[in-house]
Amino acid sequence: MATQITVNARSWNLTAAPDTPLLYVLANELELQGPRFGCGLAQCGSCSVLVDGVERRSCVTPVSAVAGKSVTTLEGLPAWYALTRRLARTPDMHPVQQAMLDEQAPQCGYCYNGMIVKAAELLSKNPRPDEAQIRTAMNGHLCRCGTYPSIVRAVRRASDLMTAEVR
Amino acid sequence: MSHRQTRHKAGVGRRDFLKSGGALVIGFGLREVMSAQTTMAARGAVAGPHDARQIDTWLAIHADNTATVYVGFAELGQGASTALLQIAADELDLEMTQIKSVRLDTNVTPNQGGTYSSASIARGGPQVRTAAAEARLVLLDLAAKRLNVPSSTLAVSKGVVSTIDGARRVTYGELIGERRFDRAFTGSAPAKKPAEYTVVGTRVPRRDLSDKLNGTHTYMQHVRVPGMLHGRIVRPRGQRAYGVGARVMSVDETSIREIPGVLILRRGDFIGVVAENEWDAVRAARQLKVTWEATSALPGSDKVHERMRTAGTPEEMVVDRGDVTGAFGKAAHVASHVSRAPYQAHAPLGPNCAVADVKPGSALVMCSTQDVYATRRTLGTLLKLPEEQVRVQYYEGSGTYGHSCYDDAAQAAAFLSQDAGRPVRVQFMRWDEHGWDNFGPAHVGEARAAADADGKIVAYEYHGWQHSWSGTEASAQLAGERAVEWGGGGGNTQGVQGVNRLTCGGMYQIANLRLVNHKLPVTEYLKAGWLRSPLDLSFAFASEQAIDQLAHDLKIDPYEFRRRNIADDRWLGVLDAAAKAASWTPSAPARRSPGERATVVSGRGIGLGTHLQSWGGAVAEVEVNRETGQVAIKRLFGALDAGLVVNPAIVESQIRGQLVQTASRMLLEEVKFDTSGVTTVDWASYPILRFEDCPDVTPIVVQRLNERSMGAGEEVMAAAAAAIANAFFDATGVRMETYPFTRPRVLAALKQA
Repeated sequence: MATQITVNARSWNLTAAPDTPLLYVLANELELQGPRFGCGLAQCGSCSVLVDGVERRSCVTPVSAVAGKSVTTLEGLPAWYALTRRLARTPDMHPVQQAMLDEQAPQCGYCYNGMIVKAAELLSKNPRPDEAQIRTAMNGHLCRCGTYPSIVRAVRRASDLMTAEVR
Repeated sequence: MSHRQTRHKAGVGRRDFLKSGGALVIGFGLREVMSAQTTMAARGAVAGPHDARQIDTWLAIHADNTATVYVGFAELGQGASTALLQIAADELDLEMTQIKSVRLDTNVTPNQGGTYSSASIARGGPQVRTAAAEARLVLLDLAAKRLNVPSSTLAVSKGVVSTIDGARRVTYGELIGERRFDRAFTGSAPAKKPAEYTVVGTRVPRRDLSDKLNGTHTYMQHVRVPGMLHGRIVRPRGQRAYGVGARVMSVDETSIREIPGVLILRRGDFIGVVAENEWDAVRAARQLKVTWEATSALPGSDKVHERMRTAGTPEEMVVDRGDVTGAFGKAAHVASHVSRAPYQAHAPLGPNCAVADVKPGSALVMCSTQDVYATRRTLGTLLKLPEEQVRVQYYEGSGTYGHSCYDDAAQAAAFLSQDAGRPVRVQFMRWDEHGWDNFGPAHVGEARAAADADGKIVAYEYHGWQHSWSGTEASAQLAGERAVEWGGGGGNTQGVQGVNRLTCGGMYQIANLRLVNHKLPVTEYLKAGWLRSPLDLSFAFASEQAIDQLAHDLKIDPYEFRRRNIADDRWLGVLDAAAKAASWTPSAPARRSPGERATVVSGRGIGLGTHLQSWGGAVAEVEVNRETGQVAIKRLFGALDAGLVVNPAIVESQIRGQLVQTASRMLLEEVKFDTSGVTTVDWASYPILRFEDCPDVTPIVVQRLNERSMGAGEEVMAAAAAAIANAFFDATGVRMETYPFTRPRVLAALKQA
């Protein structure tokens, strides 16, 4: 039985078993490199995606659970941002990605998929979070290289970028 | 279903070859084309390592006036790939936009040894600089002939060689583009002096980050090849004693019969499953019922230090200087500290992954090894193939901080591919990586230091109990290879698997000093390997607390006490830099006593330490809740002198990471095991530091423009560990003997005091 899902505004008919975790479908069928396998236990956040704008762990989300819903991965974040902010054109990067680059935040960068997705979700709900709010919102995402301080700075910078854009 | 295409073909593909050939025809005559095509075909078609004395082994100049540098060091996420190109760009007078490197590949890149011991810049920097200088010499020579002027009158900028008046010019690309240098090193090419550097020493942005941020970077975990099967390993969750391994009693194949198309492959006790579909492989590995022989060869993590300390071990004298016993006997003040450190895991955020395509006479293995040539050698032996018929390519995975399961995954993929007759991708699951890591070993340290009445350290002694590293990966061992100690590194265990003479008292002037190793057999403990700043956190935790206690007993400020006894200017430099950044004002130590009433007490601490080179100093500020046992590290300052720092921004990032990782290791990280095996197999049972607990960190680079570049990836962790321990004492008046500082452990220590 085929499952129909929408990923980054594109529709897919999948033959994968309905209990297949979304992550494996994204990586193998859709060949996306944003979501990354970290634990398969929803403990680390490296596989995060947005489902109807809400951050979800794709490693424990059966593909059947997102049928008919809109999935956005790291690759689709700039377009999702343009759509939700009603921008005339899609930027090359979501402001969070741009800010992470400006801060030269990553080391190995593996966890940054989840960091970016989670921060994008946060800023879509709270455009001006303070440092404590950022830390709380991001607390479920692990970085083994220890770049948390740079990520916090980058999220604040992204918040500034987005605020400036509105004006 | 999407069209399945090969995203990452291995090696130099036919298309790449044609592309090179196509470009060549434009600029050169037929003879040159043939010669150049031979070059391009040879690069990748022939097993390395290529002759390290040949310029062509190290770099190539292209017709478009750009260069490719063949670097034999892995980008592990530390940024070294950018820094090494800065060195080459400087020496060649190229812009960073004109220069690139390629994937590590035993058929392509030179053998510069492994990417460990912070060697990329320390060892690799001079190698790359020498090669670039030799190439520049040849290029200037060619330009002199072409322009008919002495080469000494030529200037180079952005790869354009011009006469002094600028009237005539020729580019590197025009001089040699796409052709071989065919020149050996002269050994006398003049290298630039630090004052002439324009790219080295600057904050060039890292080259790998935008791809990592937008999802186009191909991590090892994303590599797929045509015809590939998905594989998973099947092992007990959590390794047993290294020497015992894990023995299969029975395999119930019917336990996975409802999962279609799964193949169970077995070599002795090595079991893997392969399937066309990844989820089927995951389910099969999880569900396959295997009965493993029960074992109880381990002491359990609660009793491991006791076993280590009481084991009969030969004493190995590392240093014995002066009259240690006599000096202790006469000293006015003696302080000692006993410490116990846990096993800790590399635990890369993404478990290791490898893809292998083993054919009857050859093999291609893609993995995240720190040393492609060493991995090739072992794979050749295990697959019974000549080493030259094995090609190993490096794909960056998740940061691994040392000897994680990358070789284990590579061997597992190779075994499964050889037995399945198809390419196989093996992705370790979280419990595989956490449970079967080569852990940073546990440690028992006893440090003793003595000072005279004036506050001069007169004697020092350190005894360290630890075992060495394991030399056999779990896949190989389960398949029948013997468990042996690691034999790499030329047999020199001191300071790597034994007491470190720099971190253990080496930062002070001490006339009478003794360092003693008590080496334990790794086979009776857990599988072990180098974990970022190997054993140094443990050494510094013991040693610098003894030194700190001496200062306290003498009623001298601990910063001032260290200054008085400091060994040299380099140590003084990092000590002062850390203290200054933290606005350290001298005062009587241990401002708070255990009798103080406040629930939350705060303190600050200072420490020194390093790994095998460079100099590290740190200051920590902590808060301790005496009712809950909660320790919060509020701020960490880390100063590092690594000689000439090629890219201060990258090194600052490295220092930040080291400080955060040290906070995590001191507060939370501990591999637990019972008498059978390891029980911490995920992030719930092996917690690491999170956003909410992360200290503010301040990196300080002590730049030494005229000093040799040294390691910067792990040399401030020992100092930070010491500073945290000393800050805890400053806050509570209690010295911790064991880390991590978990709540129950802290409460017990406070209660005992």
